[in-house]
Amino acid sequence: METRHIKVLVAKPGLDGHDRGAKVVAHALKEAGMEVIYTGLHRTVDQIIRIAIQEDVDVIGLSIMSGAHIPITQKLVKLAKQEGIDDKMVVVGGVIPARDIPRLQELGVRGIFPGGTPFSEIIGYINENVKKS
Amino acid sequence: MGVAKYTKDEKDRITDVTLQSGIHVKTVYGPEDLERVGFSYEKDLAQPGQYPFTRGIHSEGFRSRAWTTRQYTGFGTPEESNERFKLMISHGQTGLNVAFDLPTQMGYDSDDPMAEGEVGRVGMAIDSLRDFEIAFSGINLEKIGSGLTINAVASIMLAMYQAVAEKFGFDPKKISATPQNDILKEMIGRGSWIFPVEPAVNLIGDTIEYSMNVLPRTNPVSICGYHIRESGATPAQEIGYAILIANAYIDNVLKRGYDVDDFVGRFSFNLNVFGNIWEQVAKFRAARKLWARNLKEKYGVKKDSNMYLRGLFGGGGYGLTKAQPENNIMRGAYYALSAALAGAQTIALCSYDEAYTIPTPHSAIISLRTLQLLMDEIGLRDTVDPLAGSYFIETITKEMEQKIEEEMAKIDKVGGIVQAVATGYIQRLVSMQAYEYEKGLQSGELKKVGLNIHTEGEPMDVELHEYTGESAEKQIASLKQLRSERNGREVARTLGELETAAKAGKNVMPYLVECCKAYATVGEMARVFRDVFGEFDEPSLF
Repeated sequence: METRHIKVLVAKPGLDGHDRGAKVVAHALKEAGMEVIYTGLHRTVDQIIRIAIQEDVDVIGLSIMSGAHIPITQKLVKLAKQEGIDDKMVVVGGVIPARDIPRLQELGVRGIFPGGTPFSEIIGYINENVKKS
Repeated sequence: MGVAKYTKDEKDRITDVTLQSGIHVKTVYGPEDLERVGFSYEKDLAQPGQYPFTRGIHSEGFRSRAWTTRQYTGFGTPEESNERFKLMISHGQTGLNVAFDLPTQMGYDSDDPMAEGEVGRVGMAIDSLRDFEIAFSGINLEKIGSGLTINAVASIMLAMYQAVAEKFGFDPKKISATPQNDILKEMIGRGSWIFPVEPAVNLIGDTIEYSMNVLPRTNPVSICGYHIRESGATPAQEIGYAILIANAYIDNVLKRGYDVDDFVGRFSFNLNVFGNIWEQVAKFRAARKLWARNLKEKYGVKKDSNMYLRGLFGGGGYGLTKAQPENNIMRGAYYALSAALAGAQTIALCSYDEAYTIPTPHSAIISLRTLQLLMDEIGLRDTVDPLAGSYFIETITKEMEQKIEEEMAKIDKVGGIVQAVATGYIQRLVSMQAYEYEKGLQSGELKKVGLNIHTEGEPMDVELHEYTGESAEKQIASLKQLRSERNGREVARTLGELETAAKAGKNVMPYLVECCKAYATVGEMARVFRDVFGEFDEPSLF
């Protein structure tokens, strides 16, 4: 049986340019044996969805530090549904206050990793929850 | 413990200390160490206010003038920001440090689809001169200087600052703006870039050239080692890269036929303060010395005061933690102490809640009080450069100088700073270091109180600044109103002239001032630049 690496899109949506966290997590996922694609900065939600489809990723990871995580995630989840890729796991990291976690969960975000979350937790979560094809 | 590495034996005795920049710290220092590093009083130290300015740029240090306090402030609409500016000034703050929202920083109007969800969120929303008229209303711009934290469109914001000052009847020759205006560091970290490297650096050259003639008290560029450090650089890299970046801007203006002494005295720096206290002090002292030497030896700068490394030493964002956030108040105090011990001209601190969101008035004032308390209560103004002559400090200052020079040489080897940024060489290097740092924190190798030692179970509740969509709606409504009220023909004419000037490679500043006065929007002016210059193609890292 062919085992394929889990493919993760690390995305920086919107105008926020703080990418230390996104890059650090990308390094960690790579070191954990995952295939990582990094979008680079200032991506629109449309662009992120398009890359996710083209690259057929298993996970879309959004890194948002500006505080706009709810409107951005909302938009992405909606578009993912429209494009029929809502089976892909969406995870969100960045400056995420605890009070916003329930709202993100309602939107269907399955993993929420505020700044400082140990790599092991992120990697473990993705490994356990991605449906392997 | 900062970010130094400590090795201990089984009895918890420290056996080795290595600072983040790679300097080994010994148990005891003595005169033999000064000899080992080749320390010379005249060459390496001299008097405060004397070349190479290791001991500070003023002969009397804080005795003659306390540092300027300049907390980073701004959010929501211009009205809300104006209120907060006045609050900070009424509490004794002596300069402004203006935060813009992301759409403004990225050259989009508040009603642009790209701006959705971001208007007024991390800073104040500015669309046109009308917004500046509100934001700076009632503030004496000849007395209070303003840092403008904006980079890709700093030229636009500086033009707007001049326009608002003139509108209020202030003399452009007396106003003092400090736009951040450091695009190369945005490309390394922070990420608010728009245009490709060459036109982006050229815009900075335009602001420097223009300020020389029209805004002589303005500091047209503030080179930010700060964000480079936040992105994962060591203190030695922070300074090394900042000096090389400053040189890239100098070279751009020299090509225009000016003498370096005509403009370099207005350069300023924004440097970071978190980490090991001794390393920070050594870093600032070595930075002053290397900057002066760089200007004197490489560029032939003649006037002493043009060799001053003036700057804001502050922030410390990456040193703060989300865990046990009130500890950040203590961290801030020690960070400010290291800046003060090293003779900072201006200090600002990140507030304790900034790991969550932008500060509340309460937390911003605690930061300001921290700076005021240090200045007035514990004797930091008593004498200049109090650590001078310490065997330890002088030795590591000298060692830091060598480390910085090594970092600069590495960049020269890969083709210089512009090349190293355009190809992503520095971005790759610092992001890898950031990863290693993070692993160190997570493994507990780097100690951080509240995070990996002395932790508590439940996270505490913090009172947070609330963002509601209301400010955004108001801002968009007032932008729509502006568009209907302004003289459309004048807007089109000034934007057309801006485009012609940009295409012809002329200095765009006078044209931007005219656009601002006609109430052209930030988005419209940036659109002209986007069309003429194109956009930066971010080098791929993975």
